[in-house]
Formats: sequence, C-alpha cells, structure tokens
Amino acid sequence: MLASVVVTATVSGTAIAQAGRDYIYIVGSSTVYPFATVVAERFGRGTEFKTPKVEATGSGGGLKLFCDGVGVDFPDIANASRAIKQSEVDNCASNGVTEIVEVKTGYDGIVIANAIAATSVNLSRADIFLALAREVPGENEGELIENPYKTWSDVNAELPDVRIEVLGPPPTSGTRDAFVELAMEGGCTSIPWIRALRNTDTDSYKTICHTIREDGAFVEAGENDNLIVQKLEANPNAFGIFGFSFLDQNAEKVKGAKVDGVAPTFDAIADGDYPVSRPLFFYVKKAHVDVIPGLRGFLREFTSERAWGDEGYLSDRGLIPMPEEERGSVAARVRDLTPLSMVSQ
Amino acid sequence: MQASKTTREKVEAGLRRRRRREIVFQLSGMLATTVGVMFLGVFFVDLFAKGSTAFMQTYIRIDVEFAEDVIAPDGEIDLAYADFDGLVRTALRNEFPAVSGRSERRELYRLVSIGAGYQMRDMIEAKPALLGSKETLWVPASSTVDMYVKGNIDASIDEALRPLSDAQVGWIESLRESGRLESRINSALFSNGDSREPELAGIRGALMGSVYMLIVTILLAFPIGVAAAIYLEEFAPRNRWSDLIEVNINNLAAVPSIVFGLLGLAIFINWMSIPRSAPLVGGLVLSLLTLPVIIIASRAAIKAVPPSIREAALALGASRMQVVFHHIMPLALPGMLTGAIIGMSRALGESAPLLMIGMVAFIVDVPSGFSDPATALPVQIYLWADSPERAFAERTSAAIIVLLAFLLVMNLTAVIMRKRMERKW
Repeated sequence: MLASVVVTATVSGTAIAQAGRDYIYIVGSSTVYPFATVVAERFGRGTEFKTPKVEATGSGGGLKLFCDGVGVDFPDIANASRAIKQSEVDNCASNGVTEIVEVKTGYDGIVIANAIAATSVNLSRADIFLALAREVPGENEGELIENPYKTWSDVNAELPDVRIEVLGPPPTSGTRDAFVELAMEGGCTSIPWIRALRNTDTDSYKTICHTIREDGAFVEAGENDNLIVQKLEANPNAFGIFGFSFLDQNAEKVKGAKVDGVAPTFDAIADGDYPVSRPLFFYVKKAHVDVIPGLRGFLREFTSERAWGDEGYLSDRGLIPMPEEERGSVAARVRDLTPLSMVSQ
Repeated sequence: MQASKTTREKVEAGLRRRRRREIVFQLSGMLATTVGVMFLGVFFVDLFAKGSTAFMQTYIRIDVEFAEDVIAPDGEIDLAYADFDGLVRTALRNEFPAVSGRSERRELYRLVSIGAGYQMRDMIEAKPALLGSKETLWVPASSTVDMYVKGNIDASIDEALRPLSDAQVGWIESLRESGRLESRINSALFSNGDSREPELAGIRGALMGSVYMLIVTILLAFPIGVAAAIYLEEFAPRNRWSDLIEVNINNLAAVPSIVFGLLGLAIFINWMSIPRSAPLVGGLVLSLLTLPVIIIASRAAIKAVPPSIREAALALGASRMQVVFHHIMPLALPGMLTGAIIGMSRALGESAPLLMIGMVAFIVDVPSGFSDPATALPVQIYLWADSPERAFAERTSAAIIVLLAFLLVMNLTAVIMRKRMERKW
C-alpha cells in the first residue's frame, strides 16, 4: 500500500515538475524580503503575470538554492544582504549557473536603539567594540584580556552609568554579520596594534574584531525585530540592534543612538554619513530571463523610479535609495543583463 | 494506666496529622490548577484584546469617476496600464481642494490604501458599462489611518515621532465629521491572500493551504495508520521484530518535527522532485508526522475490544479478515477516528517542518490545487509577527484566534464523537 502511494506521488510529482512554472521564484535574505515582497505584490497585481513567490531563507541559504542549477525547479532570483562571495560564484558555475546579473537595490541602516524615555547616547564605533567584544586590549600593547567592562561608563566616562545590555540578532542573521563587520570591526581598527594585525595575521585579527562577548551583556534575541522593540520599551537600560525600517515604524517607542556623531536618519544613511549601513542586492539567473514568464517585467518594476526612486514605494518601507546616477547605471546593467565578471581562479 | 496504647488511640493520635496532610495536598493541587488556568486566562485576554480589533477595518468613502480618457484612452478598456491610482488621487483632491503642493498632496494620497485602485479595476473588469460613470465607493483606509482610528497612534505626541502628520490627522477628523469614514467588518481578512499592505492582507491563502495539506495528510495517514495498527495487533507474530517495530513507532511519535521536514526535503523534493512549497509536499511531510500518533491510538482502540468478541466470531466460523472487518473495526473506529483528529490538529499547528520544504514564503495568490505554491496558518502567523508594519501586530493575533478556533472545533469533534460512539463493556 505504502509502495503504491509512493509510486503515485512520484509520478504526479514529475508530471508537475515537467509542466513548467508560470510564476517567478525568489529566495534569500530576510532583510531584503520586506522589500522584494512589496515589489512582487505590486508586480503581480499590476500585470497579467502571477505574483512571484518569495521565500525568506537567509542570504547564504538563498544563494545555495540559487546555485543548485538551471531549470524550473531552481530559483530565478536570490536576495542577499551582502555581495555574493567568490566561493558561491564557483559553486554556481560548477552547477551550470554561469551568467548571474547582480542588482544593487539600495541601502539599509543598522541601528543601535533604546527606549524613547531613556537617555540619548552618542557612541563611537570604538565604544561599541569595547562594550561588546569578547576580548579587549589590556594595558600593554598586544595583550588581550577578557572583557572587564560592566557598565557603559566603564567603556567611556561620557556614557551613562548603566549596565551594558544589548539585544541583537543571532549569528545566522545577515544583520549580525553586517553589524559585526561595520560597527565592531570599525571600532576594532581604531586600536593601532590590532589594525596592524590585519596584514600580518588575518585570522587572529578577525577573531579579535568579530567575536561578541558571551557573558550575558549581549543577548541573542532571535530574528524577530518586533520582539526586540517590545523588550526595549519594557527595559530602558537595554539597547537593541535591528534594521532601520523597524526604527522607522516605531519612532515613538524607540530612538536610534548616534554612531560617531551621526544619527541614523533616512538622509544620513542615504548620504553615506551614517557608518553602519550596508548595500542590499539581488541576483538574477540570466538563463531564466525570457523563459520564466514575467521575469524581465519584474526586473523592470524593481528598477523603476516609482519603486526604488527617492520617493518610490520602497523608500516608504525603509529602503534607502541609491544616488540617482548609481540607480541609472544599475538599471542600465539590468536592461542589458550584463553578468557578473567574477571568474574563478 | 496502660503502658501501651490501644489501636484506636494510636489512630486518633495520628488523625490530625493525616487530615492536615490531606488538606495541604488538596490545596497544592488546587493551586497548581489555578496557576495553570491563570496563565491560560492571561494568554486569552491578551490575545483577544490585541486581536479583536483586526476584525474591523476603517473605510473611506470617495466619489470616483471612471474617466474614459484614463481607462480607455484608445476607446478600449486597458486594464493593465490604466492609472486607477490616479483616479483615486483625483477623487481625494476633489474632496480636499485646498490641499496644494507636492509633499502635502503626497501625504493626502497616503490616507487611502493602494487597494482602492485595485478595487476600481476589479469593478470595471466585472462591469465594463461603468466606463464614464461616477460612483461613490467605500475603499479601505491605509493601515496608519486605521491604527489612528483604533487608538493605536497617539496624536498628542510630537509630530516627528508618529507616522501621521498634523495635516493628516486634520483630514481624518474632517472625514469623520462628514461621515466619510467608517469602521466596517474587515472582510479582506477572510477573502484575501497574503499582502504586504496590512489593510489588504488576509488569511484565505494560508487557510486554503492548510486545508489542502490536511486533505493529503488524512488521505495518506489514516488508511496507512489503521492498516498498520490492524496488522500489528491482529496478525503480526509476537517476536523480537514486532517489538522492535513497536519501540520505533513510539519513538517516532516523539521525534522533533523539524526532522520530518529535513526528511521531506531529501526524499520528496530532491529525490522525487515534487515542487517546493506545494501543499502536496506539506501533506506528505505532515502525514509522516501524524502516522505514529494514528498507529498508537488505533492500536489502543483495537486492544480495548474484548477478546470474547473475537473468539465468538471465530467460533462461529468467521475468517480472520471477517473478524477484523465485521467486528473489530466497527467497535474500534471511534477510538481510531479520535486518534486521527488529534493527529490532524497537531499537523494543523505545525510550522517547523514546513520551513524546510519552502512553505515559509510570501504567496499572494490563493492556492487552487495541490501543486500550487501555498503557506499554512501557523506560517502566516510567523510571517506577520515578523513584519515591521505596526498593523500586522493585531492581524497576527487575529490569525492566532482563527487557528485556535479551528483547533477547538477539531478537538471538540473528537470529544463528541468519542462520547456518542463509545461502547462500555
């Protein structure tokens, strides 16, 4: 009986797979998900095509699925909150995915926020590093000690005398990767001997700069940013790390700390003044364009001024637009479907 | 005086202590129950307080014109490229003629959901005769307006800190005074699929996905589970192998559900190449998950049938198959069905295994078959809980209420069925 069921299921499964796919299939970053889904919905409602399916798998997981092969079973587009890695391009190429078009969509700021009622602070990236790294430089050059700082005023006398308590995303999150690279590493390099390590001993440089303390001062709060906002409201001493769009939606509950003197505002991130911001991307399989119905139209919708422009609907959702010339050049590359040129060594 | 106490005296001496212990035991039992009920109460009160508002939605009345030069510039209705949003904007400008300036107008347009344009398109598609006419429509307000009307946005705080400007608050109040703003039942919540606009988002897609999955699950898991239970109870020899199988089935019932998702990914998607995100795959995975539950419940039900019935039937010359189908099955069926329903309600609440097979996804179109991409109710709850837009918070709670209602109905069915069909020996 089981065998017959399995056989029927196999047969019907293959039949479906061969029938092709009449919708666009998108996977990838949960940071890009809120933007990609808005475009997908508008595209689906505004055209004769079906609404694309968008899966939130994380940047790495998405690119892995994307690189698994060419054909209707594999995604057409992978969203990523970081640029594609050489190893991923190689993996793609080994599965026959040779022509990938990179589309930069805009910027996302990562904010360090606390409750609206709490004191406003001005953090330097060095403060962030010293407060959150597992090991910090000791008194002598080259010496590392277990992070001894208990309160923010221990780190920097100008900061308030409250216990260090930061709620942030887990290591699987792209937001965490970007925070570690931009804020922690940025602060790390302000210490001369560690910066010197970058060229001589890359591994220990990365370990020092990228490792977050595990003694309870940094709390992994899961991928749900709404939950972090709620916890900040309840605990005015805590800080939280999340994407700009959540700050934008909860402006009367939480406020973003200044980093290196710059507040996380829409304009400051767009101008590149706010230091903890990153570009967002998506990647398109060139072989699928003109095979999957509507893919070309979807690309046009995403790169249109009404979507990603200064006053487009994506900026309403918290995506920070690129400067106009950059938008123009990216859109031109998308029109011509110019593939990435990351030839494997 | 006697040296040793009589039995009666010994008992009486310990009586007080025994009574006290009895009372303490009963009180701690009561306390435990009260704590449990209290947690449940807090959960329900919180859920209903947050979620009940989502069943209402603010609508705005606008006077639109299905202008011929916009919808049918070349004489024929052009649904794909006609600017219905522009018609809605014109209507809003007519309502507030004093509003001028680009940024002020932009703020005005944001009062109404983008669903208004879709609504106009659907109307003209259904009834082309509307072309050129003027109509009065109730269109959904944008989710920020809805949040303000529901009291979730405080207009007294600093303008920069809230999503509505002073001008927008003024327009809303003037709409309210002229009777052009109304709270109505949020039918979109039940008739639409997912959307990134909270005011247009609905659970229909997720609900249909869950229904399709459960159909696959029941069709597979129930016959296989019952057949396995009958074989193991009635026909299989008792030896080391049947013991091993029994231990394994009991273990499977306790395996974390994500493991079944991984199994489903490897077998159904990668090896059998059934499309990802389809209710067919979800149903297959969930049937693996519920199979042990059904087998265990069905075996218990078969065991509960008294041996005298089997023996009587065999003595009258019935074959073993006749014994099973004429006598055991009818008596064991209520117990088997109860097990199946409990298994189904567990399957309905699962989201972890669906993550692995691509059902945690943004899918707008309501699935119309077993191979269309779909999500499920618990997944929809997870996705909404993670959305930045404020109005999704109440919709999350509303979706949980709907899920709980379904679970309640299913479990109640199981209880009633057992009560009505059960036979006591």
